[in-house]
Amino acid sequence: MTELRYDDMQIGSALPPLHTDPISRLTLALYCGASGDHNPIHVDTDFARAAGQDDVFAHGMLGMACLARLVTGWVPQRAIRALNTRFVAITHVGDRISCSGTVVEKLADKQVRLSLAAQDQSGIVKLAGEAIVELS
Amino acid sequence: MIDRRHIGHVLPAFTVPVEAGRLRFFAKATGNTDPIYTDEAAARDAGHLNLPVPPTFFFCLEMDQPNPAALRELLGIDYRRLLHGEQHFRYHAMAYAGDSLRFEPRVADIYDKKGGALEFVRRETRVTNQHGALVAEMTCVTVVRHD
Repeated sequence: MTELRYDDMQIGSALPPLHTDPISRLTLALYCGASGDHNPIHVDTDFARAAGQDDVFAHGMLGMACLARLVTGWVPQRAIRALNTRFVAITHVGDRISCSGTVVEKLADKQVRLSLAAQDQSGIVKLAGEAIVELS
Repeated sequence: MIDRRHIGHVLPAFTVPVEAGRLRFFAKATGNTDPIYTDEAAARDAGHLNLPVPPTFFFCLEMDQPNPAALRELLGIDYRRLLHGEQHFRYHAMAYAGDSLRFEPRVADIYDKKGGALEFVRRETRVTNQHGALVAEMTCVTVVRHD
């Protein structure tokens, strides 16, 4: 990983984007087991329909894990000071998620604020977040 | 309405071991192919003590508490009406496979919007390691729909 320097960082610099494969039922089953979030709304279609949903849908935290992966692909994890998100819309089975990030502010102590977003194939924002990372 | 007297309520603290196998499974489930999250040698080469706990996995470890429904039961919430509204992490130190992490959750706030149609519960959790060092602070905002 190339070392990023605070002094070289410019407002508007973009992180290399991250694109996922379509979210499958297997993805949701694996995330259910690995995360320990066993809420049936994400894996049991019968339960989801009884709860008034058309189908199962993705865990919000699966999207946030993608945002985290976007940032750890750019700086080592130990540089991350904060990671925040709002869950704006539900991610459905079959959606392809694209994560993007931009430097929006240079802070004190060699820290920068990143604006982050996870969008589906139609550009609908699913997660809107930010991170604060400390550079050298 | 959720009873506002629960604001400030301290939930039972608990300790969770960080297992390497769970971290590998989480990397697979989240499509993370960076070898530092699955291969101990790669992690050590990158200056880590062991496989790192990835940024959002602290939320998963918090679900490994003895009673994951403790907060819902306290507040009397039907979890079919629950949505995850926001999640915030502040990081103070890295955590690794083999660590034993202590979670101290509390109900930081309960409030409503749209004339009570939506209620919000903000839970704040401190995470410390087996040496007593602060590792992370988490804030989880859950939304309860009353439509």
